[in-house]
Amino acid sequence: MAFDSQYYNVGYLDRLSYQDTFVHRLDPRTKLITTLLFLFTVISFSKYEVAALFPFLLFPAIFLTVGEIPPGFILKKVLLVSPFAIFIGIFNPLLDHGQVAILPGLTLPAGWLSFASILLKFFLTVSMALLLIATTSFPTICHALRRLGLPSIFVSQLLFLYRYIFVLGEEVMRIVRARDMRSYGRKGTEIKVFVRIAGVLFLRTVERAERIYFAMLARGYEGDMPVSKKYHLTTSDLAFALSVIVCLFIFRCYPVTQIIGNFFRGIFS
Amino acid sequence: MSHHIVEFKDVCFRYPDGTEALHNLSFRIIHGESVGIIGANGSGKSTLLLHMNGYLMPTGGTVNIGDLHLTRKTRREIRKKVGIVFQNPDDQLFMPTVYDDVAFGPQNLGMDEEDVQKRVRAALDLVNCYDLINKPPHHLSNGQKSAVAIAAVMAMEPDILAMDEPAANLDPKSRRLLINLLKTFEHSKIIASHDLDLIFDVCKRCIIIREGTVAADGPSQDILTNKILLEENNLELPLSLQRR
Amino acid sequence: MHMADALISPAVGATMWAGSLAVLGYSSRKIRETIDNKTIPLMGVMGAFIFAAQMINFTIPGTGSSGHLGGGMILAALLGPYAAFVVVASVLTVQALFFADGGLLALGCNVWNLGLYPCFIGYYLIYKPIAGDGGNYRRIFIASLLSVIVALQFGAFSVVLETILSGKSELPFHTFVLLMQPIHLAIGLVEGIVTAGILSYVKNARPEILDTGAVSRPPAAGLPCKNILIVFVVLAVLTGGVLSWFASTSPDGLEWSIEKVTGKGELAEQEKGIAPVLKEIQEKTAFLPDYNFKQAHKEKPETEKVPAWPGIDTGTSVSGVVGGGIVLGIVFLIGYGIRIFKRQ
Ligand SMILES: Nc1ncnc2c1ncn2[C@@H]1O[C@H](COP(=O)(O)OP(=O)(O)OP(=O)(O)O)[C@@H](O)[C@H]1O
Ligand SMILES: [Mg+2]
Repeated sequence: MAFDSQYYNVGYLDRLSYQDTFVHRLDPRTKLITTLLFLFTVISFSKYEVAALFPFLLFPAIFLTVGEIPPGFILKKVLLVSPFAIFIGIFNPLLDHGQVAILPGLTLPAGWLSFASILLKFFLTVSMALLLIATTSFPTICHALRRLGLPSIFVSQLLFLYRYIFVLGEEVMRIVRARDMRSYGRKGTEIKVFVRIAGVLFLRTVERAERIYFAMLARGYEGDMPVSKKYHLTTSDLAFALSVIVCLFIFRCYPVTQIIGNFFRGIFS
Repeated sequence: MSHHIVEFKDVCFRYPDGTEALHNLSFRIIHGESVGIIGANGSGKSTLLLHMNGYLMPTGGTVNIGDLHLTRKTRREIRKKVGIVFQNPDDQLFMPTVYDDVAFGPQNLGMDEEDVQKRVRAALDLVNCYDLINKPPHHLSNGQKSAVAIAAVMAMEPDILAMDEPAANLDPKSRRLLINLLKTFEHSKIIASHDLDLIFDVCKRCIIIREGTVAADGPSQDILTNKILLEENNLELPLSLQRR
Repeated sequence: MHMADALISPAVGATMWAGSLAVLGYSSRKIRETIDNKTIPLMGVMGAFIFAAQMINFTIPGTGSSGHLGGGMILAALLGPYAAFVVVASVLTVQALFFADGGLLALGCNVWNLGLYPCFIGYYLIYKPIAGDGGNYRRIFIASLLSVIVALQFGAFSVVLETILSGKSELPFHTFVLLMQPIHLAIGLVEGIVTAGILSYVKNARPEILDTGAVSRPPAAGLPCKNILIVFVVLAVLTGGVLSWFASTSPDGLEWSIEKVTGKGELAEQEKGIAPVLKEIQEKTAFLPDYNFKQAHKEKPETEKVPAWPGIDTGTSVSGVVGGGIVLGIVFLIGYGIRIFKRQ
């Protein structure tokens, strides 16, 4: 993907995260932990499990709608994201030849089932990770990480990184545009050109770091980044966390899809 | 009030690559003075300001701030007195939200959360940017960034204020607001700028720097009306005077 | 190449998280001890640099495909291994969130694969000894090329191990290795050349940055090298041990413990604690008497012929297909409902 579109995507996701909805207002720790629980639960299903994963779609659906995130955007990002899972998963149908009956008269190689399982898990995990960042601004995620005990140096790295992605992003954009303007229609960046762009950017970055350091010193910096913003767990946080956990537990331990399926089969037969 | 004096005596500075940016530069600013520093691109204005806080240490000569002589030992004390607003607000706003950024200084001074909040609010009100408090800097316009950068320094309540091109990105109204703000700041202030109208408005005194040394020093009334002197230094009369 | 959540098992994910967190904690402590305040903003901005530079694709001559910068070695050469590791970890975290590259559970794997090897093996055992302090251009070139390639080989091999141990993929070990290692040799070659180019450029323009000047690094002499090796070996043995233990527990660790909690599977007979209660609820919630789950291990019907996959036979699959469709519908309706509700 071209630099601009990737960069604009990051910017768009970032803007979404500053909206003000119920999901956005939840304590970042609650969201982080419930998301991790969700991910763990999803990947804990065995490799052939497909049906039991469907109920989990409820979570992204709720985040999408309550958090007012455009579904098309998330969907597109999920599809674009690293083809690695597909690349690895596609071997399953080729290598796993056992037959499984899906419907009366329809049998499929088991490999397709495990491939479908990988894809579904992939969709669930990727979309939830994206929805986490789309509904929680990055600085608040960092505060949550700090509160959860990650090293302060790591968290301040994240904060700087986040802040300067956008500054350097603009800078790269200017460099890339200047290059395009003078490359007379030749497409793509040759390695030589890339090395030069990256080299220039590298030096500018080191110099910028120096200026930032000055600005920090000007404001009393002596080696420790102050921690600010106290978050308080509210009842809606607890209620949210509790309902997520209960749902995860039910979806994990009871074959909800089967039960519903049986129920409807019962009605119609 | 000797502690608000800024004194440069025969200051020389050479960058590691050999560029001699300051050469035998001397001036003295007393408490409450407002001084404009002007000069062509590359004449050494930014370099000069970086000395006021000990980010750069003179390779020759001395710098005194108040009764402190600038050395590696005293510069931490000096930094509490001198607030510098740099040329590029992106380098100055390094925290992820406006609140965090303005609060950075007061928090480092060891103030408790409530006082910090008060300071942040006061500083942002000063530059008319209180609405931006929860935004990340990259969602601000350049002018808003400049304003917040000024607030971040003002929140430290410095005795001496130094600014490098404070009005560079501001629209006319914000620029006017800034000028009024600067007029209300009663301690010493030193402003490096190409905006000669702003200097003419805010600063009683004016220093022209050429090739790292003082080319002229005197009341703005005299210097900024001296067409020949200004043109020698790649400058021209302030617009407000040209019309006359 | 980034590991993905969907390919790992909880056990592998958790183990790699633990491993990466341990190295992160250790590195953070080391940084506190050895570098000055100036390096903190430098690390942060360099992270942004790597992040931005990775978004610029370049064309690989003769192939028509495009590559991008790895970054670990550049960071290590500038900041030293500890700081570089922390920066790589933060870059990967931001990528996991903003690009969903890999994912949050696989983040532990990715930090390990893409951070640990370049910073500690590539830099300490290869780059540093060859390039020395500053060194000349030829040394920098050879050092970058070799260290990037070796680090990537380690990384690729770890991806293979993690995937195989997770058991979600059918790829046999040797095929997978034969697939991954050569691909990453090629990627490493390109990345190594690019890294060497950037480092030479920097050396040319601002030699002091890479030599000694701009950044204070932990002293190169003395203990680190041996220390690193020991820490690394211990971590490797630990990880290997834990991973294989988990892998041998079928189907896998978490699965096993969940079965224990809910009273499913082999442990259903043990009617103790909350298990019977849950079982009762389960029986009540089963709408149809012929609900497959209950039969599953009492009588073994015709499914015997088909290899026994957990919970897969015709009966359950029909319910699964029907239920899946309906669940999808319900989810859609709920989402749609919330949307309409919010509009008002
Ligand atoms: N980091 C640096 N390394 C080497 N030389 C430098 C560096 N920064 C500035 N210089 C040189 O020092 C001289 C003075 O630069 P300075 O930035 O102080 O000028 P200035 O008066 O602020 O210019 P402007 O009006 O363009 O902001 C210039 O010749 C410049 O090239
Ligand atoms: Mg300047």
